[in-house]
Amino acid sequence: MNIEILGITVLWIFLFGYILVGSIDFGAGFFNAHGIMTGKQHILSKIIQRYLSPVWEVTNVFFVFFFVGIIGFFPKTAVYFGQPMLIPGSIILILLCIRGSYYAFEAYGARGHKGYATMYGIAGVLMPAALSIVLTISEGGFVDIVNGQPELNYKALFTSPLTWSIVILSISACLYISATFLTWYANEAKDMAARDLLRKYALIWAIPLVISVIGIMVELKSHNPEHYDRMVDLWYLLALSALMFIGTIYLLFKKMKFGLAIGLVIGQFLLAFFAYGISHYPYLMYPHLTLYDSFTNQTMAIALVVTFILGLCLLVPAMWLILKLFVFNKNYAEGKEDHHA
Amino acid sequence: MVNESSVFFSRLLTEFTLTFHIIYATIGVGVPLMIMIAQWLGIKKNDEHYILLARRIARGYVITVAVGVVTGTAFGLQLSLLWPSFMEVAGNVIALPLFMETFAFFFEAIFLGIYLYTWDRFENQKKHFLLLIPVAVGSAMSAVFITIVNAFMNSPQGFDIQDGQLTNIQPIVAMFSPSMPTKVGHVLVSAFMTSAFLLAAIAAYRMIRGSRHAYYKKSLFLFMKIGLVFSIATAIVGDFSAKYLAEYQPEKLAAAEWHFETEKDADLILFGVLNEETEQIKYEIRIPKMLSFLAHNNFNAEVTGLNAFPKDETPPLYIHYLFDFMVTIGVFMILLSLVYVIAKIRKWLFVDSKWFRWLIVLGGPLTFLAIEAGWWLAEVGRQPWILVKYMKVADAATTSGNVGLMAILFGILYVILGIGSVVVLVRMFKSNPVERELADRKMEGGDSK
Repeated sequence: MNIEILGITVLWIFLFGYILVGSIDFGAGFFNAHGIMTGKQHILSKIIQRYLSPVWEVTNVFFVFFFVGIIGFFPKTAVYFGQPMLIPGSIILILLCIRGSYYAFEAYGARGHKGYATMYGIAGVLMPAALSIVLTISEGGFVDIVNGQPELNYKALFTSPLTWSIVILSISACLYISATFLTWYANEAKDMAARDLLRKYALIWAIPLVISVIGIMVELKSHNPEHYDRMVDLWYLLALSALMFIGTIYLLFKKMKFGLAIGLVIGQFLLAFFAYGISHYPYLMYPHLTLYDSFTNQTMAIALVVTFILGLCLLVPAMWLILKLFVFNKNYAEGKEDHHA
Repeated sequence: MVNESSVFFSRLLTEFTLTFHIIYATIGVGVPLMIMIAQWLGIKKNDEHYILLARRIARGYVITVAVGVVTGTAFGLQLSLLWPSFMEVAGNVIALPLFMETFAFFFEAIFLGIYLYTWDRFENQKKHFLLLIPVAVGSAMSAVFITIVNAFMNSPQGFDIQDGQLTNIQPIVAMFSPSMPTKVGHVLVSAFMTSAFLLAAIAAYRMIRGSRHAYYKKSLFLFMKIGLVFSIATAIVGDFSAKYLAEYQPEKLAAAEWHFETEKDADLILFGVLNEETEQIKYEIRIPKMLSFLAHNNFNAEVTGLNAFPKDETPPLYIHYLFDFMVTIGVFMILLSLVYVIAKIRKWLFVDSKWFRWLIVLGGPLTFLAIEAGWWLAEVGRQPWILVKYMKVADAATTSGNVGLMAILFGILYVILGIGSVVVLVRMFKSNPVERELADRKMEGGDSK
């Protein structure tokens, strides 16, 4: 394994981490706001708040880690993605600012404030759609080089069915992951009403998920045949991912082993995400930018890898501590302990 | 191929974001230390008031952290959106501290979450106190790392440019650039100072409003003492910064001091109004030979003047006003806190009068304005460079149109977030005053203990 592959693997893992924790976070905000609008808030808000409150800031750091890391390992991405992404990137940031701060305003300041909760719920469900634009433009065909500078072709982007399939996939995957996770968390907390409602949401959101995945494969075949072919070569990963998905749905239907269901969801997305990532190789942005021509100098690469390993030595025990204290702590999850400042 | 409006709006938007972010970032860096000190005193003196003080500060702190985190995230990504060519260089040379900053941030985020949700969970308060150490260290370290990046922009080193290509890159050398020690030092101590004076201002305000509880007296005295220590430290590091500038960035110092001709025995100019056409200064206070002393520790030393530099490489002259503003407030705060602390020890009563408390209240916002002025001075002072002597701001900006629209959107966003955070904070503390919280916790109340 050369250091370029190591670099992108590290970043890809962190991006996966963000997608996972971010989805739970975005989805939770959406369900919370949806609950308020449909009058089911009393069922859901407790369980959602209890999970989100100690971890919301951590979720955000995953995102920062990814975009700082990619500039570090692949500095040219600043030009090839930074320049064309000005508008979508700014929209993402505005949504993120609204989300993060209004979450804190609602959770710590004015508890139960409907306006704040709605703001952060809506911003949350738009986030995955906005973020998925990055994946779309990396497929090529949406960024033109004008006078030597990359520019985004909005017309091509918004009229492409591929774009919309990816948007639908990102939203439904987000809500599906979130609902499944919260089903498990509610079950651990012995909050059966919340569990059953969330279980229903998980099953509902599985439907657009399947449809959009099929849609993307069809679109990709005509849009970027090279990528499609490489993806077909990895059919066994995709097949395994599909089996895990079926397994999760089965467990949710049978109302059993929610812990295993969560494991299967993680496995399903991990395999699909890596199959997608591996088949994208060697391009960061098709066909302008590959892994190799954008890689940083060797000295910096080694310095970053060393820092990364040292950083993990701090991070892993700290993450373990927060999971043990809040997510895997029954007393906390059930609300028997609420020692908020 | 420079698109002037893109450059202008990129600068404007960056200025909006940083100006707004710095308010919350300064609190984010300074306040954990204040919570730490309060909780430590509470444990050591076995005084519930200090513990409650720590708890109440922590509660408000969450709101400011939230805004600080999101605007910080916005700024991090905006760097790539607005200054792609700069980030390409930065990625090659200075990515290391950027990367380290995310770890510091991670560390702080995790332990802050744990700290906030484990009040009363530990039998031993000291265990809970220990959680604050990584929070304070993490937030201070993020400030250190990000300031290292800024220091690199002022005094780039650790790479060579051959035929437009970066070669011979040394990430560690890039981190320890000449301006790094003074920048980092000044940023840290001024954040501690600002946070202390902010908290002192809140206590003073509550006392003006008629709260007579011992809690506020303790709080005010504590934060004025801390503020005194850190404001003196800020002044000392500030003096080192001037000496650094004289040696490495003389054009910034010369512009800030309106020092046009290179000369020995240079005078220091305080205040004044400049006629830019004739370079005549009116209404100034002139301290003979002081600038030579500030720059080189020698009253007769030669100080390089602004005319020694090409016109297109010198910063705008209005930074002098920013410099004066920052220094004046700094000196005012040192005097104010010094008088207060001495008076308290000597039991002089005038510091408990309303007018003196109003001065302390005023000190809170003033120190924040000084922080802003200081950053504007530092940043505008290296115009026209983004990487001093290597890359001009105009060559680093994005070439996309629409930056103006984005600047408007973000401007609106920051106004909303600013108002929102203030409203939430005020409501939070108004609906739950100390007196009630003390009663709820069945702690002793009254005038004194």
